[in-house]
Amino acid sequence: MNFWNDPLKVAADWLTGIFVGWGMNDIFAHVLVVFLGIFVLVLILMVIDILLVWIERKVVARFQDRIGPNRLGPFGLIQPFADIIKLLIKEDITPDGADKVVYNIAPMLSMMSVLILWAVVPLAPVMLSVDLNMGVLFIIAAGSIGTLSIIMAGWSSNNKFSVIGAFRQVAVMISFEVPMLAVMLIPTIFSGSMGMNAIIQHQNIWYVFLSPLAALIFMIAAIAELGRAPFDLAEGESELVAGFNVEYSGMKFGMFYAGELLHAFTFGGFWTILFFGGYRFFGLEQVSPFLAIAIILFKAMVGYWVIMWVKYTVMRIRIDQMLAFNWKFLTPVAFVLVMVTALMNALLRGAGSWLYVTGMFLSNIIVAWVSLEIVRSIGKKERERLEGPKQVAEAHH
Amino acid sequence: MTGEQIIFLIVGAVTLICGLLVVTVRNLVHAALWLVATLFGVAILYTLLNASFLAVVQVVVYIGAIAILFIFAVMLTRRQAAETGPSVNTNWWVGALMSVLTFAGLAYLLQTWSGFSKQASSIPSGFDAINQLGEALTSPVGYVLPFEVASVLLLAALVGAVYLAFNKK
Repeated sequence: MNFWNDPLKVAADWLTGIFVGWGMNDIFAHVLVVFLGIFVLVLILMVIDILLVWIERKVVARFQDRIGPNRLGPFGLIQPFADIIKLLIKEDITPDGADKVVYNIAPMLSMMSVLILWAVVPLAPVMLSVDLNMGVLFIIAAGSIGTLSIIMAGWSSNNKFSVIGAFRQVAVMISFEVPMLAVMLIPTIFSGSMGMNAIIQHQNIWYVFLSPLAALIFMIAAIAELGRAPFDLAEGESELVAGFNVEYSGMKFGMFYAGELLHAFTFGGFWTILFFGGYRFFGLEQVSPFLAIAIILFKAMVGYWVIMWVKYTVMRIRIDQMLAFNWKFLTPVAFVLVMVTALMNALLRGAGSWLYVTGMFLSNIIVAWVSLEIVRSIGKKERERLEGPKQVAEAHH
Repeated sequence: MTGEQIIFLIVGAVTLICGLLVVTVRNLVHAALWLVATLFGVAILYTLLNASFLAVVQVVVYIGAIAILFIFAVMLTRRQAAETGPSVNTNWWVGALMSVLTFAGLAYLLQTWSGFSKQASSIPSGFDAINQLGEALTSPVGYVLPFEVASVLLLAALVGAVYLAFNKK
């Protein structure tokens, strides 16, 4: 067991040895080492978060045919640090009539709900904070803390725009949680576990090939959960100024913003963990844990890029259309897909792996095709109902 | 005293204080937020009992759905979130009596249970609680009937809610 095969354990043992050598209690030393581990993880995430600001701005610039930040440092790499300094020295304003305690807790909770997600992310086969056997549910639980932070921010600001923004965002988040949870059951059915590491270990074939529809629904629900375009009506500038965070200034706003970016990156990571094999890439993850970390970060970045791609391509849709889309289309499709997958899994369990994959893939295609046909026929009927009388009236003239 | 006991006492005390604040605080949104804190405390208690599935479900269902709905309802129905009337009515002593009696009854029942004063045996490694729970809920010799009855009840509640909210054209 050397450093290159299991760096976390070696480092933890080494540190515990030092602390015990200083005459510290065994248990206390262990707790301290765990705390240090969490601290280092959060530190790394925050540094990644700073770079995400730069990535986001560069990518949006390319999508909009601009160059993006390019003045400070090579490729504008120092720009985000300058932004942070600006945010830190800005005047910190608390609006009149705001609920001070709730107002100040909300940004912290928002950031925390994102950071806590990394507790279940396996970075490498041997590097993970906790191998929780209900990782899938944990994601939803962390999301509900995020929902809470948004409603706290909206209400405590004492501003009607922020309350309306919070209402919209929360309505979206609690509705899109439903298809997301349903779809996350599909990797659970395939792997027989809700733990993130077990799901990755079972992915000899990426689950996106077994269930492309589930991967698609998960992505849509994740984008809605993040409150990004086309589901960003919580901060629809033209109607609500900036939504639930109107009144926040300086670093408190920065925490919401950074939290959103890190959240998007994290969901890119969950997308790869659930459907694209996580840290696995043709056995490369066995070579070194550091290679595995590089693989999962790269894949998470690709997922993040897809989220940005959607954000800067698709226009915002109306709140009623969005909720109708969720409750009348996405949720039923997700539930049907879960049932079909469970049934197919029971039928094909004994069959060979190629038959299993083909059967799963075909059942997904059939579910997608049938649901689209149903939607199309309903849409056609609705159109006839609306346009029918008009044609009659024209004929009468 | 073990570390687990210390954590239990701290979490229990915080949960009780938060629960007390839920019913005494004047501002209804604050009361809902204290309720969230109380439910968090209960989730931590579940974790201490090695029931991590229940703990996560507690957060998802009670904080993620029910507490949020409370806050929604308070914000949508009231102009002033602060309550001005008296916080207790004339029947307060009945409520107090009932809660004391319930507590005494539960304490007495626990006293007569043989496992009350025993140390809990440690859970063997590799014990998959969530798997066992799932099998117990779906096996015919387990609790499949109560589970199904409960889901039918929830479905009926759902249909009822839709019926009440349905706008007849």
